[in-house]
Amino acid sequence: MSVREADKRVLRTPFYSRASELCQTNLWSPWKAYTTVDCYSYVEEEYFAIRNATGVFDLTPMIKYRISGPDGLAYLDKLMTRKMSKLTPGRVMYSAWCNDLGHVLDDGTVFHLEENLWRLCSAERHMDWLQATALGFDVEIEDETDDVVGLAVQGPTSCQTLKAMNLSCVENLKPFQHMSFDFEGTKLMVSRTGFTGDLGYELWVPSEYAEKLWDTLFEAGKAFGILPIGSHALDIVRIEAGFIQAEVDFVPALNVVRAGRGRSPFELGLDWLVHFDKPVFNGRRALLKEKEEGSRYRFVRLDIEGNKPASDSFIYNSKKDIVGHITSATWSPSAKKNIALGSVEMPWGRLGDELYAEIYYNRELKWNRLMARCHVVEGAFFDPPRRRETPPLDY
Amino acid sequence: MKKYDAIVIGAGHNGLTNAAYLAKSGMDVLVVEKNPWIGGASVSRSLHEGWTYSNCSYVCSLFRPEIYRDLELARHGLQVIPYEGGLTFMQDGDYFGNYSDHERHHRELARHSKRDANAYDRFSADVSRQTRLIRPFLMRTPPDPTSFKPADVMELVHMLKTYWDLGEDILYDTMRFWTMSVGDFLDEYFESDVIKAHMAGSGIIGTALGIYSPGTAYVLLHHYMGDVDGSIGSWGFARGGMGSIAKALAGSFQSFGGEIMTDAGVDKILVKNGETKGVVLENGDEHYADIVVSNLDPKRTFLKIMDENDLPPDVVKKAKNFKIRGSSGKLNISLDGMPTFRGIEKGHELLKADFHFIDSMERMERAYDDWKNGTWSKDPYVDTLIPTQVDPTMAPPGKHMMTVFVQYCPPKVNGEEWTDELRDEFGQTVINQIAEYSPDFKDLILHAEIRTPRELENEVGLTEGNIFQGELTMDQLLFNRPFPGYAQYRGPVKGMYMSGSGTHPGGGVMGAPGVNSAREILSDLSRKNVTPEAFSDE
Ligand SMILES: Cc1cc2nc3c(=O)[nH]c(=O)nc-3n(C[C@H](O)[C@H](O)[C@H](O)COP(=O)(O)OP(=O)(O)OC[C@H]3O[C@@H](n4cnc5c(N)ncnc54)[C@H](O)[C@@H]3O)c2cc1C
Repeated sequence: MSVREADKRVLRTPFYSRASELCQTNLWSPWKAYTTVDCYSYVEEEYFAIRNATGVFDLTPMIKYRISGPDGLAYLDKLMTRKMSKLTPGRVMYSAWCNDLGHVLDDGTVFHLEENLWRLCSAERHMDWLQATALGFDVEIEDETDDVVGLAVQGPTSCQTLKAMNLSCVENLKPFQHMSFDFEGTKLMVSRTGFTGDLGYELWVPSEYAEKLWDTLFEAGKAFGILPIGSHALDIVRIEAGFIQAEVDFVPALNVVRAGRGRSPFELGLDWLVHFDKPVFNGRRALLKEKEEGSRYRFVRLDIEGNKPASDSFIYNSKKDIVGHITSATWSPSAKKNIALGSVEMPWGRLGDELYAEIYYNRELKWNRLMARCHVVEGAFFDPPRRRETPPLDY
Repeated sequence: MKKYDAIVIGAGHNGLTNAAYLAKSGMDVLVVEKNPWIGGASVSRSLHEGWTYSNCSYVCSLFRPEIYRDLELARHGLQVIPYEGGLTFMQDGDYFGNYSDHERHHRELARHSKRDANAYDRFSADVSRQTRLIRPFLMRTPPDPTSFKPADVMELVHMLKTYWDLGEDILYDTMRFWTMSVGDFLDEYFESDVIKAHMAGSGIIGTALGIYSPGTAYVLLHHYMGDVDGSIGSWGFARGGMGSIAKALAGSFQSFGGEIMTDAGVDKILVKNGETKGVVLENGDEHYADIVVSNLDPKRTFLKIMDENDLPPDVVKKAKNFKIRGSSGKLNISLDGMPTFRGIEKGHELLKADFHFIDSMERMERAYDDWKNGTWSKDPYVDTLIPTQVDPTMAPPGKHMMTVFVQYCPPKVNGEEWTDELRDEFGQTVINQIAEYSPDFKDLILHAEIRTPRELENEVGLTEGNIFQGELTMDQLLFNRPFPGYAQYRGPVKGMYMSGSGTHPGGGVMGAPGVNSAREILSDLSRKNVTPEAFSDE
């Protein structure tokens, strides 16, 4: 008996034909509904494509909602913790959204596409919550995950690549802006956004144009060191950038079963996304209470002594009490540091606190244990100026 | 005559579990069973040459893994194989499939409603929260809330603490959950009728209530709280049918020196001076022991095999009022081959699990209306499986066995006793429903065993044919099961105990009542506790 393609557990993205041709390793993993490449060639090579030239990442599995209607902005303002009034057409905003307990359901980006039309891009699915919040607003919400595809085009030569695609004036896009271009009879939307903390863009077209977009992009990028990249390389750059990831650095509130496992924006280092000067938004009451009474946890970015990755480690204070754990860790090839993201109980995790990570590593099946000193740092571990330059210099 | 340390009445799986633990602790134990075979409602029998039926229960999830491991049931031949899938056929030719893979399931849900597909995650988290509340109490004796004995007080405190640790809002949810209807519960999550109808089935199986009757949300939970190999909510097949569970338990019991007597129906429990002394069989034989455990339901135990004058009047009254209404029937069918089903390919993975033919909440409720009106559902909710797609031992190669659990089927038809003609008519109703979706089904039938509450009661001794030995409503759960004051497995007469599904935590092939009861007996005898502790979900 054979299984029809549509009946398979995990689907192929519209870029599958191209990605599979280029994937030397045959290593794929499921990401939401789709299978995506872990690594095309070598993780190091792909990593340096992003930090040194142009890396291209298939964003198909990102969840996308189309929000339309006259009340769209008011609706988004109720949904999001961040004030959305500055979100004018042509702009993109990063925000978080919470349930009534003030726990983060997800973080993501909202694109104001045109008058009365927005796109919300997120890691998790939220139709139920989005619809529940829509009561009383004249808005329509549609899941367009399968209808729109995206490619992240990231790295120092990414702007040159796009210019070689004849996308005129693309260099004038500032971070968190987007513009559209005619492309093979459809609209290609380009936003200056990404998950790498570097100069970079995301390209969006209707799914039917996926292969055409890929081919045009790779042709244009030939002279600029373009390479497809898999999720392993992307994970390193996003930790370097200090970005959190749902299901990895926090449990999305919708999936929380055990009491207290959710995290508020304050507990994820997203204080700057919470705007109490808005009178009404989901989770406001709980967040205000937390602001007054204090949070339970603190999100930390850690620079860890030595070079052994601290994945899944417990974090200790100087009295050797467990005060938290590491949620993401990697060696940073650009910062040349052993870095990690983690969650610690209050009051720990202040700048200068003496913390240790308990690291287990093995050498030829002999396990060693290490208590490595951790230094709390602020901001990204690697933050090149080109990330903000407009127009970006040619590299 | 020889005197045993304990006699267990009824070789149902709980009786056997109970007996195995008593024997394991070194006691000399006799199990007496009225039928020529063992297992009670956990039984496999061959009624058509070459085919084996799981005559009553047919799928396994609730059976406590601690008992499975501790009594070495694997060594005694038990294998439980999880199955994936499930579907509800729709009248318009489509279906709703149930996949265990999250993403595949999401896609199928989204085909019917994108919002429901996402709401399903909320539903799963909420149900998980409730199962986490109940699971730690399955292998514990419920506290007596009116008692000031330290053990009871501590157990109550433990219970409250477990609640408290789950957070404030779950308290509200729990109070509502335990009292609301499965229909209202599902309405809080889903908009698609077929999705709701598919899931509502778990709320009414074995229950004389409708989908909108209060209390049925808990019944859904009762079907979600088990696990196979740690996967909570999963169900599986016992290889060789559900009788394999009883067989393995019997093997374990006998390995500890236990003795099983079949064709040995008990007429009366012998009571002298307020103490049990043994049993009198229907053939007049007497067997003696100071400990007598009844694995029969509370009605049979107190009203049939005990004398009213040996019992406190309030126990007699409570037994008379115990809710144990019959509401289910069953068909077991030998098939000459795999039937074809409309709209789905033969061999599709979804067909390897339970399938149903009611696609709306309206039809579910109508099915209950028929029961209330004193007859079987003319458009019944059936839980159908063809286990031979997975289990090669129950039919010849290429042939199949189908099990069809039917909700609703009344204990009496319009107030009159069942007759063989009526039973066959009931069977025909069910067969006709399936045939609407399977053109070749009728032609493939080689043999069918049709069971109404009459057959279930006469054979297994389940009063009115109630599959759980008493309804699973709040007034008959936890410290109220079977009745307040008697929820700790001790009967009203010294030396007399209960171990069946009529005690906490209730019906299903679970083994928990049997093991909890054994723990109490061993404690009363100041013997070492040889029962296992529950695995933790943490
Ligand atoms: C049709 C049906 C389908 C079911 N489906 C499932 C399912 O798929 N999964 C699931 O988990 N549960 C299912 N159940 C429920 C489950 O089977 C029962 O709750 C469970 O098997 C009861 O076990 P028990 O040991 O408590 O009692 P029983 O199995 O009822 O044991 C009682 C025993 O006592 C014997 N007996 C009765 N009177 C006397 C007497 N006077 N003297 C001596 N012996 C006597 C009986 O013959 C029987 O062996 C189903 C039940 C039925 C009836």
